[in-house]
Amino acid sequence: MLNAAHPERPDALTWVFLGLGLLLLPLGLYLALAAPPDVNQGYLARIMYLHVPGAWLGYLAFAVTFVYSLLYLFRQDPRYDRVASASAEIGLVFMGLALVTGMLWARPTWGVYWTWEPRLTTTAILFAVYVGYFLLRGAIEDPELRRKAAAAVGILGFLNVPISYMSVKWWRSLHQTQSIDLTTGKIHMDPAMLQALLLNLVVFTFLYLGFVRFRGFLAALEERKEEA
Amino acid sequence: MKPKYLLGLLVILGALGYMVFGGLGRNLVYFLTPSEYLQDQARYQNRPVRLGGLVKPGTVQYDKDRLELRFVLTDGVAEVPILHKGTPPGMFKEGQGVVVEGRFQGGVFQGTNLLVKHSETYQAPKAGWTPEEVRKLIEEAK
Repeated sequence: MLNAAHPERPDALTWVFLGLGLLLLPLGLYLALAAPPDVNQGYLARIMYLHVPGAWLGYLAFAVTFVYSLLYLFRQDPRYDRVASASAEIGLVFMGLALVTGMLWARPTWGVYWTWEPRLTTTAILFAVYVGYFLLRGAIEDPELRRKAAAAVGILGFLNVPISYMSVKWWRSLHQTQSIDLTTGKIHMDPAMLQALLLNLVVFTFLYLGFVRFRGFLAALEERKEEA
Repeated sequence: MKPKYLLGLLVILGALGYMVFGGLGRNLVYFLTPSEYLQDQARYQNRPVRLGGLVKPGTVQYDKDRLELRFVLTDGVAEVPILHKGTPPGMFKEGQGVVVEGRFQGGVFQGTNLLVKHSETYQAPKAGWTPEEVRKLIEEAK
């Protein structure tokens, strides 16, 4: 995830991820629109092909921020901090997508856009923590202190990711439990829907990887400009 | 520290505090089951609560003219009669899991908000739900 060799241009792997993501995006959209409707929700269930990848990449991005924040604290190399902050930024975008699509999905199925149930509450807290991450970065002028403080938030904030994921099992909630359950390995989904969902998960993961690498590259450019 | 970011941080911390102590604290138990409610009725009297359970089959009555929806909420052990003012949500049906927000008044639970739970299982319908059929349904509803 680190750009070091040719800092004046994004490296080949960044373009590969972005290219694959953009190329496969129409296929993901096609499979999502070709997948059968749900027996109870009808075509509404299709918002899942955006909602689930959004939430998954929010979680993944914050996990990457967690790992690179730890790496920064141990090695004190600003490159790790750049990846941590790039990933948090892209993670906020995807988490925001999950929240917005979730609200649009909730209104016609549950009957409300928002309710303070465990999954929604923990996810809202998660989102707010990473907004705070960037406010904190903006508030501290000393670069080294800024990186250290951000790393602390990047590490502590991640604690909420497993809580948010497990909230539907730990507490009574309105949100349904996982359809692809990573804790039991059970899948409660029609094969055609599963195929569309998995492909969209892969496509959006490529896009995430490309975005993070690109954002990391931009951050490196910014830093060099500041130093110069 | 730059003041504008400090202000933003305070807003975020305030929001987090509100969600953790105000929102989450109350919502660790998002809804009560009818049995839990009936066991500790005095505690919840005249207080807004959420009740969760299943719509008992055969008890749904909807008055189209007065927009009054009546049904019985059950958790298999205890039952609570519900009166909800408003149209039933699209996915509301008998046997469905629902959460009702409201309060008790004279033996009937007066719902102000009716939320429908749905399962995590997604299945293709055996027949129907083609675009043509959906269009026909929409036309009929007009």
